[in-house]
Amino acid sequence: MTAAVFVALWALWEGFKWFGETTGLTIGEFEVNDRTFPHVHDVFAQLFEPSRRNGPLLIEVLWDAALFTAKEAAVGFVLGAAIGFGLGVLLAHSRLLQRGFLPYIVASQTIPILAVAPMVVVWMGGRGFPDWFSVSVIAAYLTFFPVTINTLRGLTSVDARALELMRSYAANWFQILWKLRLPASLPYLFAAFKISATACVVGAIIGELPASIQDGLGGAILNFNQYYSTTPENLWATNLVAAALGIVFFLVIVIVEKIVVRRAPEHVA
Amino acid sequence: MSADQAVVSLKGVAKEFGRGHVQALTGIDLDVQPGEFISLIGPSGCGKSTLLRIVGDLIQPSGGEVVVNGKSAHQARVDRDYGIVFQDAVLFDWRTVEKNISLPLEMMGRDRRARGERVRELLELVELKGFESHHPWQLSGGMQQRVSIARALSFDPSLLLMDEPFGALDEMTRERLNLELLRIWERSGSTVIFVTHSIAEAVFLSTRVVVMSARPGRIVGIVDVDLPQPRTIETREEPRFAELIRDVRQLLRKGGGFAAEEAEREEEELIAAEENL
Repeated sequence: MTAAVFVALWALWEGFKWFGETTGLTIGEFEVNDRTFPHVHDVFAQLFEPSRRNGPLLIEVLWDAALFTAKEAAVGFVLGAAIGFGLGVLLAHSRLLQRGFLPYIVASQTIPILAVAPMVVVWMGGRGFPDWFSVSVIAAYLTFFPVTINTLRGLTSVDARALELMRSYAANWFQILWKLRLPASLPYLFAAFKISATACVVGAIIGELPASIQDGLGGAILNFNQYYSTTPENLWATNLVAAALGIVFFLVIVIVEKIVVRRAPEHVA
Repeated sequence: MSADQAVVSLKGVAKEFGRGHVQALTGIDLDVQPGEFISLIGPSGCGKSTLLRIVGDLIQPSGGEVVVNGKSAHQARVDRDYGIVFQDAVLFDWRTVEKNISLPLEMMGRDRRARGERVRELLELVELKGFESHHPWQLSGGMQQRVSIARALSFDPSLLLMDEPFGALDEMTRERLNLELLRIWERSGSTVIFVTHSIAEAVFLSTRVVVMSARPGRIVGIVDVDLPQPRTIETREEPRFAELIRDVRQLLRKGGGFAAEEAEREEEELIAAEENL
């Protein structure tokens, strides 16, 4: 099925390109041609061309860049998920904190990441953190929000009878958290992790731009952007690799979920 | 019967919800002796579930005195003197049957070996051997409720509180589980307080049936069930069984209030609101 959709998208792309080229269609001031719409097979073929004269293949360059960005994103994900979860637990235990903090947590996500990223890089760089870690912090900034919201939701989703049961055993708050609230919230948590897994990759790529990091996918995008008029396939190929990285992150979460969550089949998201 | 040896002793227990807007219970006096099987029956919303939760220290009475095993209801809960069973089995989906049953033992810090042994005994008691590694969703409603009973019995509480445990089951399953519950009760020697809607079920199971009135819930009367023990399938066919059912029904009529399901739902909402405070 996934393969069928891929073929359909390919056909749609090429069909539109053919239609645009034969009718001379323009989108705004852009003409449909090989520059704006390179052939899909050309984009894939470009991966196996040298990235520069006598240099390594483009795919090798992008592979290294993807690994670098993956490190930033993974550290950002772990950081963001931990902070997000901690905040969620805190807010779930106090309606007062919820009312006080939730608006600001929501506000934090309405500020464009592009506005925050340079500040983080300057601020963290000035305190001796390596640049890649600043990028992780930016990725964490996009990661924590869904985790906080869903942790809160999951922890408070617990059945009233189950809480009575725990109280009948004179359970303390930690036992209730560990044996009831946390396991009950796992499906919510993993739903959040799936959103965050892709968001942290986006965060890492965007974070590389103001940090002027050359080693990652963000650096590659910036670089190939400058040569778009001569080799547009390079940028498209980089986009493909970035998308693939996001998918890999997503799949890792799906696999971990399969291992960790044991629930009724109808509850599996 | 004296109050000092009672498992549960209630004196003038009253409960108001929402700052006196709803008078749920008033003037409840009741002593439950060791080994008794007491049913609470009454029209919907008469406060019988509320009364059960007051005994379990899950909600606080607004008046009167509650003594469980010679101490305050709170102390009894902290000492884990009672096990509770709800209408829904309230099993944890992510735990196997075995782990669901041993949940209270885990919280009491019993070691793995002791837990394993106890679970094996209980699985035999509730006839669920071979299902220890099943998950709750793989079991029928009746089996789930048996797991929940085993869980309540796991730490040998002297008191078992049951809130319409078979209310959601079909008639045939219910009758089978009634017999099974009696067998468990005889073997464990614990005291049971059992909330039910069903007159026949109350008479069949109990040593005494406590009949409550419509809101505000009061005790209209108590029917001593003098049917011979142990009860069997034939018990329901005895003429005395029919007489006792008629007695309970008459008391219920005296208590009035053939209230709708709405009263019941309202009681549940009031309890939920109270617990969230």
